[in-house]
Amino acid sequence: MAKPRITEALDKLSSKKPIKYGVYSTAVIIFFALILLPPILGIIIKWNTMQQVLIKPELMSRALTAVANSFTIALFVSTIDVIAGVPMAWLITRGKSKWLNVLDTLADIPFVVPTAALGYSLLLFWSEPEGISSLFGSSLISPGWLLVTLLHFTFSYPVVVRVIVGALLDYKMEYEQASRTLGAPPLAAARTVTFPIIKPSLIAAFILAFSRSISETGATIIVAGIIFENGPVFIQKITDDFKAVPPRIDQFSYQGSLAFASFVLIVISLIIFGIIRILGPKLKLPIKRIWPTFERKLSYSKATLSRDSVTLLIFFAIILAPSLFVALPAFEAIFTETLPNAILGVSIWSEYWQSLILSYSLGAIVTVFNVIIGLPMAIIVARRKAGTLTSTVLDLLVNVPLIVPSIALGVSLKFFWKETFTFIPEMLLLIFAHLAITYPYFVRSMSAAIERIGVDTEEAARTLGAKPLGVFRTIILPLTKYSILSGAIMVFTRSVSETGATLAVVTTLRTAPVVIVDWVKQKLPVPVTPLEIGLGCGFLILFSFIILLALRLIVRGKGRY
Amino acid sequence: MQQVCLIRTRHRAKGGLTVPDVRIVNVTKKFGDIVAVKNVSLHIYDKEYFSLLGPSGCGKTTLLRLIAGLIQPDEGEIYIGDRLVNDIPPEDRDIGFVFQTFALFPHMNAWNNVIYGPKVKGFDMKKADTIGHEVLDMVRLHERLDAFPNELSGGMIQRIAVARALAAGAKTLLLDEPLGQLDAKVRNELRYEIRRMSKDLGLTAIHVTHDQSEAMAISDRIAVMKKGKVLQVGTPKELYMNPQSIFVAHFIGESNFLEGYVVNENTNEVSIEFRGGIRVSVTNKTVKRDDRVVLAIRPEVFIIEKGRKKSKNSMLGSVERVTFEGTNIRYEVRLENQDLVVIVKPSLVGEWFNTGEKVTVSFSSEKTRVFAYPDVGLREEIAVE
Ligand SMILES: Nc1ncnc2c1ncn2[C@@H]1O[C@H](COP(=O)(O)OP(=O)(O)O)[C@@H](O)[C@H]1O
Ligand SMILES: [Mg+2]
Repeated sequence: MAKPRITEALDKLSSKKPIKYGVYSTAVIIFFALILLPPILGIIIKWNTMQQVLIKPELMSRALTAVANSFTIALFVSTIDVIAGVPMAWLITRGKSKWLNVLDTLADIPFVVPTAALGYSLLLFWSEPEGISSLFGSSLISPGWLLVTLLHFTFSYPVVVRVIVGALLDYKMEYEQASRTLGAPPLAAARTVTFPIIKPSLIAAFILAFSRSISETGATIIVAGIIFENGPVFIQKITDDFKAVPPRIDQFSYQGSLAFASFVLIVISLIIFGIIRILGPKLKLPIKRIWPTFERKLSYSKATLSRDSVTLLIFFAIILAPSLFVALPAFEAIFTETLPNAILGVSIWSEYWQSLILSYSLGAIVTVFNVIIGLPMAIIVARRKAGTLTSTVLDLLVNVPLIVPSIALGVSLKFFWKETFTFIPEMLLLIFAHLAITYPYFVRSMSAAIERIGVDTEEAARTLGAKPLGVFRTIILPLTKYSILSGAIMVFTRSVSETGATLAVVTTLRTAPVVIVDWVKQKLPVPVTPLEIGLGCGFLILFSFIILLALRLIVRGKGRY
Repeated sequence: MQQVCLIRTRHRAKGGLTVPDVRIVNVTKKFGDIVAVKNVSLHIYDKEYFSLLGPSGCGKTTLLRLIAGLIQPDEGEIYIGDRLVNDIPPEDRDIGFVFQTFALFPHMNAWNNVIYGPKVKGFDMKKADTIGHEVLDMVRLHERLDAFPNELSGGMIQRIAVARALAAGAKTLLLDEPLGQLDAKVRNELRYEIRRMSKDLGLTAIHVTHDQSEAMAISDRIAVMKKGKVLQVGTPKELYMNPQSIFVAHFIGESNFLEGYVVNENTNEVSIEFRGGIRVSVTNKTVKRDDRVVLAIRPEVFIIEKGRKKSKNSMLGSVERVTFEGTNIRYEVRLENQDLVVIVKPSLVGEWFNTGEKVTVSFSSEKTRVFAYPDVGLREEIAVE
């Protein structure tokens, strides 16, 4: 089959230097103009308003306490995540049972459930009378810091497990086998060889869990109760106070609080990320000491059996059951008039459906944009197209939005765009915010995939006569299409779940998680029943599942996300 | 220098080359539908240097990993020393393993790789230190011990990998193509070194390779494997002089295979007729009249003479190609019946022949072997894939 004219022409064009540079520099410029600089400039624009907070010690100490809570929980949860995630990943990759495939899929569920729905599910399970509390007569865990911690553990755990499972699958078993033949019992082999080798992935898992915990807003608002505040909850409450009629806070204090809290969140996040980046590689597991008899005992029979049992118990009781508990009211609602009302879009439901459509179309738009502007950036990062130093710096910068709390990012984005471009449509603001948040996910997974393709494969294609675009079309694209898909899935789920940035940038548009938060918090003029909230969450989960399942079928067996 | 040699004393055990040290009894291992090792039985003697030889994919690595306990057999028993080890984990089997990829720990420098075994077995640091130096002496490596594996050359990595396996102090050394990843030159040097060390330490070594010249050069005995089965076990000489199958005759050294039928049968001899009516008679007691057979003749067995000579077992042909290989000259001769035979002669002894020259080739019958024609066909029988 002859190549269509247009592809041929484009292929030819792509070997022209100006065109190549044009494409790459456009990608870099868009990254700076749309993703990296606006949030930074936003804070700078409102720099002065921060004085409003500094002169009010009460407000300042409240903001600082909230921010401190954010980081305490994030650090604690990420640590526990890695500790609890390692045995689970080990079980999934090393176990021999056929059921492990099922377990593997189940472990993804909390990842698929949009966090606002997850938050409500946990609230029902742990605190409301119909949950586990029904066994105890009183609320087992009331909304507050403990429930927030549990929630963050629940939604970040699957991410950590996924990353460690990936690392264990990629890891060359021969290292561990070598260690065994040299006399190390399984536990000693894992401790002295396997984990030190996959340490970069453990650190990456920690960072991912950390950044998710720092950013999570919607579900946290749901389970935080009335007293507990972390960064995002504080920002949301201040916003509520300002929007109340009459406002409970003046405009300067409002803007100042937002700018101040966002600034502190961003700066501390960057510092912590920097520290992990620098200290991580130096962190050593204790390989010096060996305890032959003790480790031998722990490696076999009862010890491993009880380790696996505890792992499974934690997974089912703390992760899976609470995540899916919302299915109960959703199911109950099917047999009441809630279902027909919902389907017909009566009263609150019409807004619900609109928000759902908005969420999914937003997800789709953001995904498409990511592919377009993210791919060239991924190639620059993976292939060091901008010179070694610049490319390394870009690689680091791409990660920035990942570690900046999303509500803080939203707040400064809004400051920036509203100041520079007053009549910016809210939808555009929403797209920018979601783009900034999801961009690193796509670029990171794509650049990793491209790095896995040897440069020599590309060079072979070039020596056979392919033009740069031809190489991309015939080599890179076919070899990475599953990574593109899985990157797209990640972007899509992240966007549909995102509440913090959405709340920060919009006033009228409402996405599905925002609506769920409002329902749970009873912010509507009419009361919303638990059955309605349950069904709302149920639909959200159901559609997300269907979309993900469809995508997963396409990706099946080829790439993991 | 009078130093207590920890590694050596540990290995100086009972003598004699007759005690089976590793015994494999009817072992089978399947991966799904693939039978990687099919009902294999082997005795490997104490202090023996033993090779598993066969084309790639024939199950050598699998068999070695079964002995090491890295995988479990579906059927059969494995004994190391006097112990049935089927249920014993690798770390308790008293074996050292050198991996094909060497698998040096990338997060440890060369020195820490070497003393990993002693350390993980709970020896005190001083003892580990002594052992480390001993084995490094043995592999003749003293520089760059603080370098990490990714900074070392192939030959050094191989030495470290062997040193690491020796340092663990095992009595049985398992080597999976330990020379496969090295340059030809380094490979030829190191093959004798490995054998020397193993002999010095009195180890039982099982060496996996697909390179028959390597196996022939260093082994006390060789097991030739094909498609999961052991075809023949013997010393290099036995395998070369007395191959029991077409495959072994082909895989060990080189053979010409001529196809024909048995047309006459005497007490000790049979007459075989090839294509084109050529008849030869050879010593054999196993084939009968009318059997379809394959006659295997080594290239150096042929006598080649100018012109038309009439003698027993002679055939006419013309030289089609001459290759000068240094020590030897190699002739490809097209016989009258269009079969092609390869003949190798020492280059500095006897006369030379030119391309196109008419020649008579003959052979003495006791240096050939007759096999029944394989059911799967000759081509398939000697295929190495
Ligand atoms: N872990 C495994 N899973 C599935 N098949 C395997 C595995 N290991 C080996 N095999 C198969 O078993 C056969 C023998 O392999 P191997 O022992 O590695 O051969 P060799 O080392 O002789 O090249 C091959 O067909 C190979 O594909
Ligand atoms: Mg092999």
